[in-house]
Amino acid sequence: MKKVEAIIKPFKLDDVKEALNEIGIQGMTITEVKGYGRQKGHKEIYRGAEYVVDFIPKIKIEVIIEDDWLDKVIDTICEAAKTGKLGDGKIFVINIEGAVRVRTGEKGKDAI
Amino acid sequence: MKTKSLFIALWLLLIPFSNAFAQDVIDSGDTAWIIVATALVMVMTPAGLALFYGGMSRSKNLLNTLTMTISAYCIASVVWVLWGYTIAFGPDKGGLVGGLDHIFMIGIGIDSVSDTIPTFVFAMFQMTFACITVALVLGSVIDRMKFSSWIVFSVLWLTFIYAPIAHWVWGGGWIEEMGALDFAGGNVVHINAGVAGLVLCLVLGKRLGYGKEAMFPSSITLTALGAALLWFGWFGFNAGSQLAADGVAGSAFLVTNTSAAIGGLSWMFTEWIVTKKPTLLGLASGIVAGLVAITPAAGFVNMQAALIIGAVAGLFGYYSVAVLKHKLGYDDSLDAFGLHGICGIWGAMATGLFANPAITEGAAGLFYGNPGQVWIQFVSIIATAAFTAVGTLIVIYITKAITGGIRVDEEDEIQGLDSSIHGERAFELD
Repeated sequence: MKKVEAIIKPFKLDDVKEALNEIGIQGMTITEVKGYGRQKGHKEIYRGAEYVVDFIPKIKIEVIIEDDWLDKVIDTICEAAKTGKLGDGKIFVINIEGAVRVRTGEKGKDAI
Repeated sequence: MKTKSLFIALWLLLIPFSNAFAQDVIDSGDTAWIIVATALVMVMTPAGLALFYGGMSRSKNLLNTLTMTISAYCIASVVWVLWGYTIAFGPDKGGLVGGLDHIFMIGIGIDSVSDTIPTFVFAMFQMTFACITVALVLGSVIDRMKFSSWIVFSVLWLTFIYAPIAHWVWGGGWIEEMGALDFAGGNVVHINAGVAGLVLCLVLGKRLGYGKEAMFPSSITLTALGAALLWFGWFGFNAGSQLAADGVAGSAFLVTNTSAAIGGLSWMFTEWIVTKKPTLLGLASGIVAGLVAITPAAGFVNMQAALIIGAVAGLFGYYSVAVLKHKLGYDDSLDAFGLHGICGIWGAMATGLFANPAITEGAAGLFYGNPGQVWIQFVSIIATAAFTAVGTLIVIYITKAITGGIRVDEEDEIQGLDSSIHGERAFELD
C-alpha cells in the first residue's frame, strides 16, 4: 500500500477531488496547511512598513491506495492540479505498513 | 487709504458694543446648527476614531484600543463639566487660564448665552473637541500601555494640558490676543495631541518585536469605515467652529471636503508610485491627513487653497509615517504624531500663507499682503508644541507614580491586551 500526499493550490481542490472520484478513488483526507517553495511568499505594506508573508495557504490531500494504482493516481492529480505557474505544489509517495477499518475490523487492502 | 484706516478704527470701537448686544440674543438657526454639529463631532471619537485606530491595531489588541478610545470620550465628558470647561473658557486670568468661576458648571443656566447660542450648547460643542484630542494621543501608544495609567493620564492631561491650551487659543488667552489663526483646532487639537503622543511613545518605548516581527492590522475594513465616520463628523468639527449658520460655515464645509478628498488621492498616488500598490490604508490615511491640515484653515481659506493644503498634507503624511518614522526609529504605533502632529503643523503654517480676508474679514495671510501672520502662526505652533512636550512629560511621571509604571507586563503584551486586561476577544475566528 502507498500513501500519496499532494500539496496543491486551494482553489484546485474541487478539480482534484472530482478527477480522483472519476478514476474510482473512494476517499481522501485533506488538511489546510501553509508553506512555501519556489513560489516564495508575498509582500504586504502598511503605511510604509513592509512585511513579507512567507507561508502561503495550501491544501494537503492524502490518499491511501494499492500499489498498482500509484501511477494512475499521480497522473490524475498532476493533470487536475496543474496551472503551469510557480506554486502548483508537490506530490510525495510514502509506504504504508498497514490499515484497519474501525467499524468492521477489516485489515490491509480490504480496509481502504 | 486714510478713509480705510479710519473705518477700521471705528469698527474696532464698535466691537465691544456689538458683542454686548449680541450676547443677549439666542439665534435659533445658529443654535440648531451647533447642536447638530456637536452630535457630528461626538461620532468622531467613540465611532470614527475607535474604528480607525482599532482596525490598525493587531487583532489581539483590538478591543483594548476600542476601550481606551471610548473610555477617553467618557472621561473627557465628565472632566469637562466638572472643571475642564471653566479652565478653558472661564474669565481670563492673565492670558494663561480661565478662572474657576464655572466649576461644576456653576453660574450657567438655560438663559446663559455665548454670542448667539446657549452657553450649554457652546460648552457641549467644546467638550467634544476635548474628547477627541485626548483620544487622538492613543494612536502613539496602542499595544503596550496600562489601562489604569491611561485613565489617570487622560484626567491629568485634559486638566493641565488641554484646557489651558484651549484657553490660550479660543478662550481669550495670549495666543488669541497675539492674533494667531486657528479656526477649528490645528494647535489645540492636532499639534497638541500629536506632540503629546510622541512624548508618551518615547517614554513607553517600542512594542516588543517592533521592526523584527510582522504586525498586521486587524482589519483595514474597520479602519476605512472609521475614516469615513471621521470625515462625516469633521463637517461638524470645521463648519461648526464658525459657531453660526452662515456663509463662512458654508465655506468651511466646502473646503473641508475638498482637502480630505485631495489628501486621500495625493497619499494614494504617492504610494502607488513609490511602492507600486495603491492601498486602502493609504487612501484612508490621506483623507485624515487632508482633514487635519484644513482644520486650522477651514474658515479662512478658499477652495483653491484647500486643494493645495490637502495635496501637500497627503505627501507630508506619507513621508512622515513611511520614511521619517523608520529613519528616526521611534514606535508611534498608529502614527498620531506622523499624521496629526506633522499635518497639524503644516495646516497651521498654511493658514498663515493662504488666509484670505474675503472669507473672514481681517484674517489675511502672506499671499494676501500680511507676511507677519506667518511669524504669528510659527510662534503659536512652537509655544503649543513646547508646552505640550514639557507638560505631557510631567503628567506622564505623575501618572507613573500613581499607577506604578505605565507599561503592561511583557507576558501580557505578548498574550495580547484584549484577553490579559479585559478578558474578552474581538473575534471568534474558528
